[in-house]
Amino acid sequence: MSTQTLDCRRLLCPMPVIRTQNALKELNDDDILEVICTDPGTLNDIPTWCRINDHQVLSTEEVDNEIIFQIKK
Amino acid sequence: MTTQKSVQNTQKPQKQRKAVALISGGLDSLLAAKVVQEQGVHVEGINFFTGFCVEGHTHAIRKKDKDKQKRNNALWVAEQLGIKLHIIDISEEYKDIVLNPKHGYGANLNPCLDCKIFMVNQAQAWAWAEENGFDFIITGEVIGQRPKSQRKETMPIIARESGAEDRLLRPLCAQNLMPTLPEREGWVNREELYDFSGRSRKPQFELAKKFGFEDYAQPAGGCCFLTDANYSKKLADLWDARGERRYELDDIMLLKVGRHIRPKKNFKLIVSREEGENNFLRGYKKQFTSIHTVSHGGPLTLLDGEFNKDDIKLAAQIAARYSGGKHADHVTVQVENYQGSSFVMDIEPMPAEDVKQEWHV
Repeated sequence: MSTQTLDCRRLLCPMPVIRTQNALKELNDDDILEVICTDPGTLNDIPTWCRINDHQVLSTEEVDNEIIFQIKK
Repeated sequence: MTTQKSVQNTQKPQKQRKAVALISGGLDSLLAAKVVQEQGVHVEGINFFTGFCVEGHTHAIRKKDKDKQKRNNALWVAEQLGIKLHIIDISEEYKDIVLNPKHGYGANLNPCLDCKIFMVNQAQAWAWAEENGFDFIITGEVIGQRPKSQRKETMPIIARESGAEDRLLRPLCAQNLMPTLPEREGWVNREELYDFSGRSRKPQFELAKKFGFEDYAQPAGGCCFLTDANYSKKLADLWDARGERRYELDDIMLLKVGRHIRPKKNFKLIVSREEGENNFLRGYKKQFTSIHTVSHGGPLTLLDGEFNKDDIKLAAQIAARYSGGKHADHVTVQVENYQGSSFVMDIEPMPAEDVKQEWHV
């Protein structure tokens, strides 16, 4: 199991979702992807995308206008 | 060939067929996917990001829209249907469609027919879809719904030129078209498809009600900025000013934001209208010369094009007209170039009546 970080700062939806989707494709099951975003739209879009595609959002954290998701493939 | 009739007669269980639905986030693609799903077909969705998608961007940028729901409609549709959604970034390849549409533009700079061919082709060519044994493609097209692309005579063109041929099913208007492979093979029952046509949305609303869908998105002109007259005008202006037809993703993002004012052919101003746009434009300060008012509160302005000292003064006067100092004798502005070096100047704000109407792009 490994953890990788994906920087999606300044990208507007749906780009952070697309980057997340493509990054997860490269990971193995149970690997963790940390995604850092600035578009508040991701607060809705990334968890929705994960729900419909069977990935689990472990945590969502908002720090200094940045949103950090931990996603388990 | 196995006909639908013989399948019904023999009552043989069929293997579950798989279809890829093009999901825009609008009502028609939602209904089209649902109609096929209701017939026991396994459906997954694809959504394409062209750069011109209405979804999200302006809502994300503009502070006044902050209270509006910021959902992505394609994702919302997928969740309503309980299907997987694959979002594909085609913004780079899409440039050729916008710049050189073989079948021409619609009322604005919307290359709808070429776009649809391209998207269906992408869906068809998408190696993943074939590798995973998808049998056919679904779109929410309705004959006569859109004046450029969704006409009876264009439907075969899309099927043929996309390479999808008769594996392209339009469940909402299938009964007005020749039976496709999924219908002939009995994968779907043609009798349970629809015969919608024309611009009326009433049949769709009734079908949505039947399925219990509420709160679906209904963007005017579809989900694409290119069908918007004002947006197309700004894009045409950009090409005209540059003397060539090209764009980058940043260009088309910036066309969605702020007032665009072109006092001279060689440059234009992009003036933010509120705090959200201000924040968004601030992210472009390393790519553009910017102006902001120091003595009074005011918007951030970017300058796009080539300009000399007199042009900068003219731009500063216009920018000051939109600041809190618009009625003041003098306004102090800071001009900063993309490398970060800056200077301060005092100027007289331009009177509102001197900002000519034709400058507004």
